[in-house]
Amino acid sequence: MTQPEITTPVVTPAAGGALLSVRGLVKQFQMKAVRGMTGRKRVVQAVSDVSFDVAPGETLGLVGESGSGKTTVGRCVLRLIEPTAGQVMFEGVDLAKLSFEELRVVRRRMQIVFQDPYASLDPKMTVGASIAEPLVVQGVGGDHNEKVVSLLELVGLSADHARRFPHEFSGGQRQRIGVARALALDPALIVLDEPVSALDVSIQAGVVNLFNDLQARLGMSYIFIAHDLSVVRHTADRVAVMYLGKIMEIGDAETVYEHPTHPYTKALLSAVPLPNPRVERSRSRIMLEGDVPSPVNPPSGCRFRTRCWKATDLCAMQEPVLEVRSHGQLSACHHPEE
Amino acid sequence: MSESILQIRDLTVTFATPLGPLVAVRGVDLDVGAGELVAVVGESGSGKSVSFLAAMGLLPSTATVQGSVMLDGVQLVGASAKQMRSVRGRLLSMIFQDPLSALNPVHRIGAQISEMLRAHQKMSERAARARAVELLEVVGIPQPGDRAMQYPHEFSGGMRQRVVIAMAIANSPKVLIADEPTTALDVTVQAQILEVIQKVQKQFGTAVVLITHDLGVVARVCDRVNVMYAGRFVERAAVSDLFDAPTHPYTRGLLASLPQAGKERLVPIVGFPPNMLRPPSGCAFRARCADAISDCEHAVPELRAVGAAQSACIRAAELMQPR
Repeated sequence: MTQPEITTPVVTPAAGGALLSVRGLVKQFQMKAVRGMTGRKRVVQAVSDVSFDVAPGETLGLVGESGSGKTTVGRCVLRLIEPTAGQVMFEGVDLAKLSFEELRVVRRRMQIVFQDPYASLDPKMTVGASIAEPLVVQGVGGDHNEKVVSLLELVGLSADHARRFPHEFSGGQRQRIGVARALALDPALIVLDEPVSALDVSIQAGVVNLFNDLQARLGMSYIFIAHDLSVVRHTADRVAVMYLGKIMEIGDAETVYEHPTHPYTKALLSAVPLPNPRVERSRSRIMLEGDVPSPVNPPSGCRFRTRCWKATDLCAMQEPVLEVRSHGQLSACHHPEE
Repeated sequence: MSESILQIRDLTVTFATPLGPLVAVRGVDLDVGAGELVAVVGESGSGKSVSFLAAMGLLPSTATVQGSVMLDGVQLVGASAKQMRSVRGRLLSMIFQDPLSALNPVHRIGAQISEMLRAHQKMSERAARARAVELLEVVGIPQPGDRAMQYPHEFSGGMRQRVVIAMAIANSPKVLIADEPTTALDVTVQAQILEVIQKVQKQFGTAVVLITHDLGVVARVCDRVNVMYAGRFVERAAVSDLFDAPTHPYTRGLLASLPQAGKERLVPIVGFPPNMLRPPSGCAFRARCADAISDCEHAVPELRAVGAAQSACIRAAELMQPR
């Protein structure tokens, strides 16, 4: 496989030194050759040259549609999958250079919460045992029971829940159990991968509040991956908008939502239905045509150009790089909105 | 409201379960006017899908359906399988969240649409094929002639949902029931599909019942909203009234729990929906309601007029007063 070309990354410098710093991250997936079919192997470009920082105590929202690579970024950050190229520095350590044993120690400090609270708990383990499992795996001494009780209380459950099994809980409660388990090792960074997408709105609100409260109390950083832009706006300090494996726009969340400069960000925000009939019926909507192209064969130049109403010949020939815009965010576009 | 084309009265759906009878829909009334776009909103397990699967006669044999569903003068509850076959797809169509499961993977798209046409109309194979291509064009599929010759796996999720809509409207039904039609789609594609649904409603005068959990979608496309909770409608109102002045505490709770620009903190609804095997006495929402009083335990509240809306809260009028 040829090494993908990496452009010089431009990133927002996070104030006071970054907890996590990702540079030129690339992840390609080889597609299995179909039996009986000849031809070259196909490569999915899931993430192409992504760079960003996460400061201590900060929430970075990663938003994008399916195939944007947001989940793959989250997994590469934790090295749950091996990046094809690029660097992931966590607390000053280059994760790619660590042995498996060394990585295990670092992993204490970084955790993940998944979308599906049903699938991420072992149905045959009590909730207490599930929450204590990271402590056992990492060989943490001391009274695990006491720790489990304090974790359960931290996430709004009670001590007697420890003896019960996952099926006895509702979706929202199970997600809280997943959060308690992620908190067991006092992580500095939690990747939240669509953590509330499977929950009903009335339940979702409580879990979103929990994330905010825990961060205020414990000071960890989040990478909040979600397709729901309203939830991300509510939780994120900064937001990165991804499309076909690239960051299209990144910056302060309020700035990006209020003054989007990339046409894709604008279109995405305008597509989100807001629960306000007056706004919905009066605002002009940018209707994107077609679907997201295949990441096996992304468009040349700007990846968004095939659906962009501002695209010119330049967009097909030259890939735009992230540049600072007047409100302070970065966006990768030859024809940005100002 | 124009004359109602779909009239549901006291619809009750009971499932036989190993743990005893579960009443998923508990006496639901609904009128849908010709050519209207109404929303049915509710969270998981509220009975919104089950109500309309019952109307379509698509529930498994463990379900007992009582009450009345009149569609353009035809009674659907208790109708024979043969009658239902003639109604489904001709007078009443339904589309679902997952379009792939509604399409046959081994037949070409065009053939599947023409089959739908020829099931209900006397039509030559050739005419049906031509009409299928026209329908694909109506729902915004580019190069419909070529696409008609392709198989479902060659279409993206959004395009599949368009195909399913084309099939659903092939015989110009009076009512189209869209059950979470955009929930599995990306937001930019969702916007496209909502437009197609609105176009169908306006161009063909098809009444649409949009079943959804997304209040943003409701705000964008619907005229009237029916809010469902624990198998009953708890509020119905014009869309602007519902968002401006919700009359039921559950609706207020839903709106308070939504993330919106400028909102500092979300307010979740406490607790969980009731266990429908053992529904509580009186108002099903009272255990989660901050405004519940002892009277809420006594009788199941009926929908009553509160201003221009209808609310199944005994304190609706009182709570609407500025406090």
